[in-house]
Amino acid sequence: MKACGTVHKYGDNVDTDVIIPARYLNSSDPKELAKSCMEDIDPEFVNKVKEGDIMVANKNFGCGSSREHAPIAIKASGISCVIAETFARIFYRNSINIGLPIIECPEAAKEIEAGDTVEVDFDSGMIYDRTKGTEYKGQAFPPFMQKIIKAEGLINYINEKNQA
Amino acid sequence: MGMTMTQKILAAHAGLPSVEAGQLIEADLDLVLANDITGPVAIHEVEKLNKKTVFDKDKVALVPDHFAPNKDIKSAEHCKCVREYAKEHDITNYFEVGEMGIEHALLPEKGLIVAGETCIGADSHTCTYGALGAFSTGVGSTDMGCGMITGQAWFKVPSAIKVVLKGKPKKWVSGKDVILHLIGMIGVDGALYRSLEFTGDGVANLSMDDRFSIANMAIEAGAKNGIFPVDEKTIAYMEEHSKKKYTVYEADEDAVYDETYEIDLSTLEPTVAFPHLPENTKTVKEAGEVTIDQVVIGSCTNGRIEDLRTAAEILNGRKVAKGIRTIVIPATQAIYLQAMEEGLVKIFIEAGAIVSTPTCGPCLGGYMGILAAGERAVSTTNRNFVGRMGHVDSEVYLASPAVAAASAVTGKISEPSELGI
Repeated sequence: MKACGTVHKYGDNVDTDVIIPARYLNSSDPKELAKSCMEDIDPEFVNKVKEGDIMVANKNFGCGSSREHAPIAIKASGISCVIAETFARIFYRNSINIGLPIIECPEAAKEIEAGDTVEVDFDSGMIYDRTKGTEYKGQAFPPFMQKIIKAEGLINYINEKNQA
Repeated sequence: MGMTMTQKILAAHAGLPSVEAGQLIEADLDLVLANDITGPVAIHEVEKLNKKTVFDKDKVALVPDHFAPNKDIKSAEHCKCVREYAKEHDITNYFEVGEMGIEHALLPEKGLIVAGETCIGADSHTCTYGALGAFSTGVGSTDMGCGMITGQAWFKVPSAIKVVLKGKPKKWVSGKDVILHLIGMIGVDGALYRSLEFTGDGVANLSMDDRFSIANMAIEAGAKNGIFPVDEKTIAYMEEHSKKKYTVYEADEDAVYDETYEIDLSTLEPTVAFPHLPENTKTVKEAGEVTIDQVVIGSCTNGRIEDLRTAAEILNGRKVAKGIRTIVIPATQAIYLQAMEEGLVKIFIEAGAIVSTPTCGPCLGGYMGILAAGERAVSTTNRNFVGRMGHVDSEVYLASPAVAAASAVTGKISEPSELGI
């Protein structure tokens, strides 16, 4: 599985309140949440983002609240992968559980710039910046998490486990 | 190799003699929690599971508290979704308006979680129950939903940071100042993926309400959980509030910690976190002249009875400064009632503050005190991110109830000593 798209770049400590402000949490509809994605940090994001685009940020991406609405909004906005130096732990779990691919890679997070075209190979964990001609090795998921991702989320994983 | 306190609790719940940092385990859960924001997403997700029934109707807690009492029609629909699910599945611990409080104040008060237990909650501040010597951590809705049905969750066993607390805090210095100071030291990702284990002789000088505040904000340092050792105060609290059997776990003497920090509580000063991160801490003395528009005293961090007593001690016989909207929110009905019986509500109202029914409301910019562009609030809540309490151009300064109350009186960030007390 691969993702390829234009990069939207953010800095350190992007919190779930700016990813999807609480004033929109009276909805849990992915499409509706996507309309307000990143509104408080980048009001133009929803106008710029195209299906398959990639989000890149620095450390502690997704810190703050446990709202699963945050990765849901990002995924529903069309983003195909988030690359960051590090992720906050609840956001990390939530992304895996809902099937939003995320990869930790400090070098890629540092060097990739907004507007670059980036390709990600989820099987190998390789990240290619096609604009700069650079490549990076992202951190692969441990086998246990790969099982959840392969099942396309925790729900299916549990259903499969219960059938076994 | 020795285990940390957190690792011991996890090992026991995974049925393993020992675990080590980095190991992936599936652990049994003693309590699974959701609220009116995260609950509907979880309920929607679990409809896709083959198994439909909850693992134990006594071990699930559903608390509509964020946008409840319903703030608008959409919120009303969310609360209704949670209410109907609770009814359909005969959930013992569903708390309707009238019984409900802010979840992380309510659950310990109702005795639903005790030392040695495991808890996941679809709310990041679920780490609060570490104050009781339990392992508790925030998760998303899917994790919560699956936990509610299976009674289990997967965890990567965390390594830990040891925080040694020494000495006794000065008057007007509370648990909130301790945790703000610590986050200022290590940063908002200083404990990322790890446990914060508090220890040292200073723990005995912290009340349970102080410990709840500290454990509550472990997540603001990125921690998976924050945990306190069980002592006489913990046992007295549990015996007063719960009939559940508790288990005391202690870290092994040879437990391995990634890092150790020492904090001398006697040296701490009233502390405030400037916008827009909880790590931007300064002492109030260093804060300079910061005029404010609003004060909020409440939340899962600081809406407990001691917090209200402290605020009332400062506001007693004083008035909030002209134009400072001062909003006091007791975290639970029991706390509200106790505040009335102790005369605290009268003090607040006479001082010119308002007293609200329990709700998370303004903390997350829901309702009951939203900020306009350019406005500033001193708040006893836990986050000061961009737009957290309202407009993206508003500002939240995090502080203790003592600092919040003193600031309400002066109209700028202040500590009680500025009032001559």
